[in-house]
Parts: sequence; C-alpha cells; structure tokens
Amino acid sequence: MKKNLICVACPLGCPIDVEIENGEVVSVTGNTCKRGDAYARTEITNPMRSLTTSVKIEGGVHPVVPVKSASPVPKGKMFDCMEEINKAVVKAPVKIGDVIIENICGLGVDIVATNCDPGK
Amino acid sequence: MLNYDLVVVGGGPAGMAAALKAKEEGVEKIVILERAETLGGILEQCIHTGFGLHYFGEELSGPEYAGRFIELVEKTDIDVFTDTMVLNISDDNVVTAVNNNEGLMQFKAIAVVLAMGCRERPRGALSIAGSRPAGIMTAGTAQKYVNIDGYMPGKKVVILGSGDIGLIMARRMTLEGAEVKVVCELMPYSGGLTRNIVQCLDDFGIPLRLSCTVVATHGKERLEGVTIAQVDDKLQAIPGTEEYIECDTLLLSVGLIPENELSKDVGVELDRVTSGPVVDEYRETLHPGIFACGNVLQVHDLVDYVTEESQIAGKGAADYIFGKKKGGTFINTKGINGVRYIVPQRVNIEGEENLKLYFRVGQVYKGAKVVVECDGKILSSKKKVKLAPGEMENVVITTEMLKDMNKDSEIVVRVEE
Amino acid sequence: MKYDVAVIGAGVVGSLITRELSKYNIRVALLERCNDCAMGATKANSAIVHAGFDAVPGTLKAKLNVRGVELMKKTCKELSVPLKNNEALVVAFSEEEMPHLEMLKDRGEQNGVPGLRIVRREELVELEPNIGDSAVGALVAPTSSIVCPYELTIAGVENAVTNGAEFLRNCEVTAIDYIDDAFKLTTSLGEITAEYVINAAGVHSGEIASLIGDNSIEIVVRHGDYYLLDKSQGSLVSRTIFQCPTKMGKGVLVSPTVDGNLIVGPSAEDIDNGDDVATTSVGLEKIYVNAIKSVPAVSLRNAITSFSGNRAHPTSDDFIIGSSDVNKKFINAAGIESPGLSSAPAIAEMIDGIINELSGGFEKKADFNPVRPEPVRFRHLSTEERAGLIEKNKAYGRIVCRCETITEGEILDAIHAPAGARDVDGVKRRTRAGMGRCQGGFCGSKVVEILARELNVPMNEITKFGGQSKIMYHKTK
Repeated sequence: MKKNLICVACPLGCPIDVEIENGEVVSVTGNTCKRGDAYARTEITNPMRSLTTSVKIEGGVHPVVPVKSASPVPKGKMFDCMEEINKAVVKAPVKIGDVIIENICGLGVDIVATNCDPGK
Repeated sequence: MLNYDLVVVGGGPAGMAAALKAKEEGVEKIVILERAETLGGILEQCIHTGFGLHYFGEELSGPEYAGRFIELVEKTDIDVFTDTMVLNISDDNVVTAVNNNEGLMQFKAIAVVLAMGCRERPRGALSIAGSRPAGIMTAGTAQKYVNIDGYMPGKKVVILGSGDIGLIMARRMTLEGAEVKVVCELMPYSGGLTRNIVQCLDDFGIPLRLSCTVVATHGKERLEGVTIAQVDDKLQAIPGTEEYIECDTLLLSVGLIPENELSKDVGVELDRVTSGPVVDEYRETLHPGIFACGNVLQVHDLVDYVTEESQIAGKGAADYIFGKKKGGTFINTKGINGVRYIVPQRVNIEGEENLKLYFRVGQVYKGAKVVVECDGKILSSKKKVKLAPGEMENVVITTEMLKDMNKDSEIVVRVEE
Repeated sequence: MKYDVAVIGAGVVGSLITRELSKYNIRVALLERCNDCAMGATKANSAIVHAGFDAVPGTLKAKLNVRGVELMKKTCKELSVPLKNNEALVVAFSEEEMPHLEMLKDRGEQNGVPGLRIVRREELVELEPNIGDSAVGALVAPTSSIVCPYELTIAGVENAVTNGAEFLRNCEVTAIDYIDDAFKLTTSLGEITAEYVINAAGVHSGEIASLIGDNSIEIVVRHGDYYLLDKSQGSLVSRTIFQCPTKMGKGVLVSPTVDGNLIVGPSAEDIDNGDDVATTSVGLEKIYVNAIKSVPAVSLRNAITSFSGNRAHPTSDDFIIGSSDVNKKFINAAGIESPGLSSAPAIAEMIDGIINELSGGFEKKADFNPVRPEPVRFRHLSTEERAGLIEKNKAYGRIVCRCETITEGEILDAIHAPAGARDVDGVKRRTRAGMGRCQGGFCGSKVVEILARELNVPMNEITKFGGQSKIMYHKTK
C-alpha cells in the first residue's frame, strides 16, 4: 500500500510517499531531510503533534501565559492534554522554559512555558 | 532633540535583528521605538511553533523566537522605548515619537530602519454584503483575544481566507473548544503553508473549500450566520451555489498589507505589487539613509527570512553611518511570467558579494523551472518540485554573474513551465 | 420618572430638539432604544448639508432646508462640530439633462438658495479635474457643506445633558397611554410620564405615532448602501458631486467627508424592515457603477468599509412636523428623510415654537450654556500643542488608534463625557478610533480593554453597539 503525506516537520511541507507492507513502513521517498523520514514513519504508526496553548496565570501582566509540549504528544491525546492544561493555574513570575505541568496525562512529556511573565 | 546614529522604527523580529546587526558592526548610539508594551512584535501572540528552524535549527514558538532576540538586545546598550508610537519621520531623518512617560520626543538620526511590519486586510476592503454585527474580525485580532487577553471571541466559527493566520486560528479555536465549521478560500489554492493545512485543518477534520467565498453576513447584533458560495474562474460568485452556514464568528485571513504610512509621509517610493518600499540589495530605500526590512518591506512567510533580511538592512545602515556604503551602478530587477515581484528591486552590479533575490509566484506550479536571465542570457535555471503563492522563493545572483552586466542591464526572473 | 417633555429618538433631530428644549426650566428626557445616540439614519447617510435647491418650493422640506443651512453654522460653532462649506455640483451627463439643471436652479432660487449658477464642461473640469468624460455641465451650489452627522448628534446630546436634560439609553417605548392630562409611556426602563411627547423616531415614527392611535403617518423604509474610501482618496474631488436626481432620491453622490475620506452612495431601495441595515451586493454594485460615471478614478481597492442606512421616506413626500390630530401635546417630527440633516436645526427651532405656543411659553434658564467645549483632537494639534497637552495629562501621550492618531486621553474623554460612550462603536464615533484604514484591527482590542477598565466590567461584557453585540464570550481558562 502507498500513502501520500505532507511532512509537517518544518514549514517546507515536503510531499512524501510512504510504501507500507503488512503495517510496516518499507520505504519513504520525497523527504528532503532526516526529519521527514522520521515524521513519515511515526505518522503511519503513531502520529505525534506538538501542542501549543496557554495556561491561566495568577498575578501576571496578562491573564494567560503561552505553553507548549516539550516534545510532540500523540495526536489522539491532544484534547486530553488540553483538559488537564485548562485546569492548571500558575503563579507569576514565569520564565521561558519553566515546567508548568510535569508528565502530562502520563505521556512522559512536560508542558513548558514559552513566554515570560514577570508579574504585575 | 535626541541624537542617535540609528533609529529603528518597530521592535519586532525585523527591528531587533537590524539593530543587533548594526550594533555588531560597531554602530554606537541605537534606539528601537516600539508601539507595544514589550519588544517582540506580532510574535508575542503567535504562540504556535514553527519559528526558527532555519535560523536556530530548532522549532520555537513565536514568543520563544522573539525572546532570544529580546535577550540579546537587553545585553547591549541599545536604547529601547516601548509603548511609544512614531508619529512621523522628517525629510532630514528626524523621527518624532510619543509615549505617556516621556511625552513627545524627537530623535535625530543618521540612518533610520523602517521595521513597522504589516497589518491585516479588514472586511471593508472585501465588499461582503450584509449586516455588520459583532463577531466579524480579522484572524489576528482573534488571536490576540485568545492568546493574550484569554477570551474566546466565538463558539461557532467560519474562516475566510486560508492564509497562515487563518489556518493557525482554526486549530487554536478548535483546541479551545470552538467548532470551526469551514475555511473558505477564494482562490483555487491555499494561501498558507501546506503543513498548516495538514496539522491545523486535516488533523481536526475541518473542511477547506477552495474557490469559495463568503457573499453575505447575517445577524443584527451578533453574527448569526454567513452565506458562502463557489466562485468561477473570474472569482465571481456562481449563482445557485449559495449555502447558509450558521456561525457566531467570521474570522478574516485575507491578506496582509505592509504598514507604510510613515514611509509614504517621508516620501519613500513604494513598489505597487509588494506595497513596500523599493530597495536596493542593502535594503536602502530611494530616500538616502532610510532602510526597510521585514514585513513592512514585503510580507514574508517565515520569520527566519525576516531575520536574514533585517541583518542585511542593519549592515547596510551601519555602512551608511560609517560612510562605507558602496556607490556603484544600480540596475533594476524584474519578475515576469508568474513571478509577481522581486525584492530587492535594485541591484549594484559593482557589488562584491553574492546576493539573493526574493520573490513570490502568482499561482501554484508543479515541476516548473525558475529562470534568471539578463540581457537575453540565462544566468541560472532551477527546477522546483512545487512553487506556491504562499511561499517565498529566492534565487542567488553571484558576483560572477554581475560582472557581465552594464548600467542598462535588467535582471529578469521568470517561471518556465 | 416624570418629565415635562419626552423626546423619542436620539437621532440628529431628537438630539437638536432636546438641546433646544434644555434651555428652559423644564424636565426633558431623550429616550433612545439603542445603547447610544445617532444609531439610525443619522449614522449612515451622505453627511451633506444641502443647499436647498432640491425640494419643491412651498414644502416644509424647502423651507426648513434653507433655514437649516442658515442655522447650521451657528449650531456647529456652538457645538464645536467641524462644518466645511465645500460647495456642491449637480452634474449633467448629456445635453438632455441640461434643462434639468435649469429646473433645479429655478427651484433653488424660488426656495431662496443663494449663488446658484450653471457651468459648462470647460469650467466644470477646472473646478473638478477628476470629473467623468461624459459630464457636459453642472449646477454649482456654493452654500452646500459637509458635516459629520453623528458628531453633530453626539455634541447636541452632550450639550443638552450638560444643560440638565436626561439621556435615557436602552429605553424602547412600547406603549403610550394618555391619563390625567399626561402621557404614560411604557418603556424597557419602566414607566415614564410626560406632559408632552415629541416623536422623532425616524423610520419608526409611524409606529410610535400609532401608539396613541395616530395612524396618519406612513413611512416607507428607503434603504441605501454606501462605500467609504481611504483618506488617500479624500481629495479626488473637493466638492460634493451629485447626479441628476431620480424619483427615488438624489442619486449616487461622490463627496469628500469632513474627516477627509471619500463617501460614495447611496443606492435606494424600498424595504419592509426599518432595522435591516444589511448592505446588498446589488446596491453596492449599483453605487460603484454610478460613481465611476461621475468620477472614474473611484476605485474600490481603496474602500475601507461599506455600510447602509435606512431613510424614513414619508408617503406624503414631505416632512411631518406638528401636533398630532389625536392629541395636540403629541408632536411629530416624522418622515425626516433628506434633507433631514440639513434641516435638523430648523426642525428643532420649529418644534421649539410649537411647544411654546401650546404651553404658553416655558421659562428660560438663566444659566443655559449653548457651548459644547471642543474635544481634544490630538491629530489636529501642532507639535508644541501636543507637548503641552501631554504635560498636563499623560494619557494624551499614548496613541491607541494608529491610523487616525487617536490617544488614550481622547478615548477617556469620550467615555466620561456627558452621555459618553458605552461601547466600541460609541468610542469610534466620538473619537474616530477604529475609523481608519485598518478598521480597528490594531486598536479594537485596546478600546475594549479601556472600556472594560473605565466602566469597571469584565472585557466580555463590552459590546460593539449594545444589546447582544458582545465581542467576546467566556474566558479561555
């Protein structure tokens, strides 16, 4: 079986052809870098996505501070992660890279702040 | 009057990169004037990732990308005025600005870098018929409400225009619990990056309707629905294809316009296609000592290229300040056959470094060639898997190529199918 | 709530009537069903103070238009509202239309309009170099002016409130009874009693009159679409350019606005619903096609917004002003279509006369002040004036709307003024924040923030123009 993918690893968006036999990826073509190959393989077996959103902050300049998953999470778990993130509250000050939620949904991925908020 | 070597108008990625580069080149007195409360520009609200792959070799969010430059600026003696609006630039490079702390300020500059960025095309420019209730806004405005102010501007959303901000907001609104019903795109192709269609629409099952537009808005106080319709190849709505979609929010992602009001006032000549200044390879406008970079010059697809371009402008400004700017013979560049424009518009044939010409194409091409020629001679020809209007392309002009040119030469870039 | 006079409808007519009555020692209330004044035809019309050649001699329209032009200068001066005497042209596009200009000139002279003259193409091109190729001649009306209709209305209400009148917003009148020599008005704010009622309810004036059983007022809602073009286009013409009128109105005009934009419109279509202000693609197309006949350089590339307004066209074809036959203390100022804006000061004067005759003459206030102080308009100030202003108040040093150069100080003034702004559009009409080419893309969220802060409510309670026009829903977190 052949599958056509658009690589989302970077903004180039390379069109990738993946050859699959018995659920196993046998070849990846069309990618222009290693990341594309890796993307194609996981996309077929267990698609992963970076999650970016915001979390409530107390005492901050703004009411929310942006966060991301430190590494991609399974695509199907994004809304589970959102639910947990929406419950969280952090206190200012916050720096870029601060861990906001450890090991979200038991996925082994931390949610980290992507902007600073020095507080009011 | 405050005396500076370099005044940078705008503290987004373009302004910061230009200022930092000028500092690195040895310029002493530099000031950045930024209208928002913090440096960072529009990146502050672009909390998604996808920034920095080229420049930093890693995938950062907007605030992270901006944060790296803010940190660098803070380590220098570059002066920064935030919450400060530039009111005008005079013919002799006096920049008048105002804020509520220092009041009116005048900066006398040897060189000025314009880095004001761009703004979104509003609804008015589209002539959509119908009522004008609350709930119709640009995608960028919605992005600010959600990501900075922490409020949802709607629950049931239709997005017009498949530019990147529209696509990003489709995902963002969905993640925050809104229902994005459809993204309509007037053209037969998307204006955004392909990967954003995959990860912002396909991932969430949001349909993208090409050759489709919003022809009417409904609702008295808050938007209640829109009528969408297919368009023909002249982009006119096809009668009989109208479809009513219930929604409380219409987000517009229908184009960006370089914000050149200040440039126009000081008499900087603008390019009709880019709506940005006409510049040479050093990013100097036709007004001596005024440089431009970032989205005020041309709307970029990736911030990494903004940084690259702004460093060129920062270097150019530094050379100008030190009286080192190369004189020379400047010739024009021109895009034809699908190449909509070229930046820079002017190239110094006595230049001593290779340079890149940036451009965008007017439609989607597959397997076409990008050909560069001068005086009937082909300088380069490169086959591209895909060319799309949403993506900025570039070609390299080497000093070797420049050697054979004269003052009447013209560098032409075209697409060959 | 008891008043001597209740004025229903805070358009330009209701505003100037209320202001006129605020000079007496009586209790006056201005009742408005929307969240702000100037929300009907007043906020969406051509913004012209017509010279007065159009109305049929002998009609109220003719009389009040010419009188209105006389009064407008004083009214605008007192209220610090910019009025620009830019002249008007009615253009003939064929020799067949030339006699029509003669007719209009004749008519205007009968109405007492000064200075009318007819020019041929050569002179016309000198006056307006961008005029269309097919123009053969024009009627020149030197007394025609441009004014901002909502600014005039807001200033009038502000001045009335300063002089003691009450402005009741979100006050919709649903029933009127006459008991014990007084009107009892059932409204969305509760019962209001008044000895006199003045009906200035625009497209709804027929419905309001019928609440006392006066079914004599027949209003047809005449819908008109407009385009507003960027300020870069504001000098395409310096005069207001009309085409020869049709039976549906004065036709499509192209005119600079007093704020420096270019306005193009209106279309004219009779509709059923007076509240339906949706633009139509047919209407927008029609005005464009007609506008380029007058001024070919008009380009929709430069449109910053389109909008529409509903004129209250009386089937009688003339203004309906005076006591109702049902109850003489119920005074109509109804069927006010064009030249309603031009006539508004004269209508106010006329109503003033009528009500004083009925009452035997109200006592004048000793301390009535006709002057509404000029609001700060940062954009019009010199560098020195700006510096001085910021020194006194730092809020004038923070630019909120970049396109129009509007400061936070001006927005605060607009919110805290008598009858001040309560919503985003109210701020926009008072200050021009959001009126520019980005249409609030940059300042919109800041205006919401300032309104929320000053009115002490959460951001998601701020509306675009009252009612359910909320801009945001719940918090994300």
